[in-house]
Amino acid sequence: MLIHELSRTGRRATAQAPLSTADVPALPESLRRRRRAALPEVSELQVVRHYTRLSQQNFSIDTHFYPLGSCTMKYNPRACHALASLPGFLARHPLAPASRSQGLLACLHDLQEILKEVTGMHAVSLAPAAGAQGEFAGVAMIRAYHAARGDTARTEILVPDAAHGTNPASAVMCGFEVREIPTGADGDVDIAALRQAVGPQTAGIMLTNPSTVGVFDRNIVQIAEVVHAAGGLLYYDGANLNAILGKVRPGDMGFDVIHMNLHKTFSTPHGGGGPGAGPVGVSARLEPYLPIPLAARDGDGYRWLTEVDRPASIGRLTAFGGNMGILLRAYVYARMLGREGMGRVAEYATLNANYLFKRLTDAGFEAAYPRRRASHEFIVTLRREARELGVTAMDFAKRLLDYGFHAPTTYFPLLVPECLLIEPTETETKEALDGFVEAMIQIRREAEENPDLLRGAPYSLPVRRLDDVRAARQLDLAWRPVGGDGQR
Amino acid sequence: MSNLPEELRYTKSHEWVKDNGDGTLTVGITDHAQDALGDLVYVELPEVGRQVGAGEACAVVESVKAASDIYSPLAGEVIEANPGLAEAPETVNQAPYGEGWLFKLRADAAALGALLDADGYAKTLEEDA
Repeated sequence: MLIHELSRTGRRATAQAPLSTADVPALPESLRRRRRAALPEVSELQVVRHYTRLSQQNFSIDTHFYPLGSCTMKYNPRACHALASLPGFLARHPLAPASRSQGLLACLHDLQEILKEVTGMHAVSLAPAAGAQGEFAGVAMIRAYHAARGDTARTEILVPDAAHGTNPASAVMCGFEVREIPTGADGDVDIAALRQAVGPQTAGIMLTNPSTVGVFDRNIVQIAEVVHAAGGLLYYDGANLNAILGKVRPGDMGFDVIHMNLHKTFSTPHGGGGPGAGPVGVSARLEPYLPIPLAARDGDGYRWLTEVDRPASIGRLTAFGGNMGILLRAYVYARMLGREGMGRVAEYATLNANYLFKRLTDAGFEAAYPRRRASHEFIVTLRREARELGVTAMDFAKRLLDYGFHAPTTYFPLLVPECLLIEPTETETKEALDGFVEAMIQIRREAEENPDLLRGAPYSLPVRRLDDVRAARQLDLAWRPVGGDGQR
Repeated sequence: MSNLPEELRYTKSHEWVKDNGDGTLTVGITDHAQDALGDLVYVELPEVGRQVGAGEACAVVESVKAASDIYSPLAGEVIEANPGLAEAPETVNQAPYGEGWLFKLRADAAALGALLDADGYAKTLEEDA
């Protein structure tokens, strides 16, 4: 039920915001509404109940184990939220001058320094407002670098098929052609194919390491040599940074650009599409192109660096400086962990993944890369269950919901059939991991005895199995009033 | 094992080609491909008159799981794109070798010999399984 459907003409909840009328006589007639906006007219209690009910229906990290591979659904500490919500941060106007924003600028500057150090990059910008925008900014910097050198024949970006799924889209958004590089049977990039693909048309390669097949690419130094020798740059997708945080640095692996998803590794909330933060880090030769604004220390104080200081910058990505609330949460998280704590994140993320990996494979589930140790995530393929029992990875995923577990990532990466990409993160207890294994074993038993039970799942949630095919074929994205009181 | 008509030629990237015997070829995706993709929700076809190279990406099929490029098995000129698929992409799932064809090419049928026959394609599926 939408809140609009509760609406009754004239119903008000003015205790929170007394009704007032703005005086805008200068607004031209042509810009004024002809009809009233379709806003819901509801009581305060209706609003409270509506949104409380919705929040109770939410399947989230606060309520359930959420092993969604490649997404790093870890606990978001409440302390980060509490400190980012201090009135000095919340009440600051985005146009407040730097002289009145020294506390905020100090935090942002420190966060830039922390991210630089933990990734081994030369400089960092916090400006991108999401992971996708970070990717866009990173590729735009690669483009700006080649353009500044007059090297305009570089029209191709290489993307291994085990890279994060968003990479090809980001490269295309920046005007590049994408060339896919295959993955070898052991999960590493096919070096022979890479050697054949590079050339004077290569602008760069976008790599996720550990990759989305859940293994660390052992040939990364060799990959860097091949791409650099051809004149291309290396882009590091930070999707899986959690596995190596405080242990291995992308800068030391030879990467020129990196974006980080603060909502993954630095534990800020995964919004339903935002707000996010996707800071970018670069090697020295790309520093002039970093997106603005940047926070800089100037004597005893702090100031913004803008186009005046950075004329070669790819520019601004948002009206102001990015999503401050998210950046502050990440800053608190990083400070609470400290240098040593960051290494522990990687250790426990990897330990939890390998424990789960071992227990599931011992229970007879098939590993996609059995000869490799998992990084912070791993892939189980249910192709045997699909063939022999006629139940798919999607059926397992839906049935897991009935057992109180969010499904792992299904059908990604595309190169593994009937796959579940499982990432437990470091914030789960052994009991939670054991519970997941028991549920998987129980579900397989159900599949053997009564496969229709899985095909009909879930049964215990507010909605049953959705017809995603019909939803995609007959898009219905906007609520429309249908007339009558309450529906207008 | 999925259904593989003997009279067709196949590619490793899961397209099939039919020689219409009049200098034209019909191209579609295999039963295995439609099964792996799942229910299609959208099909994007090449424009009539477009010259395509062998192995060139020239169409897109999208399911609820994934969007995949379709590669032209041979070089040639696109002379027809299946008009029914815009409204009913599920036809590809229902009849991959029949009404669910994707596009037709004017091309040199002699080059068909380089593509896989049904047995050869079946072997590549076994290797992947």
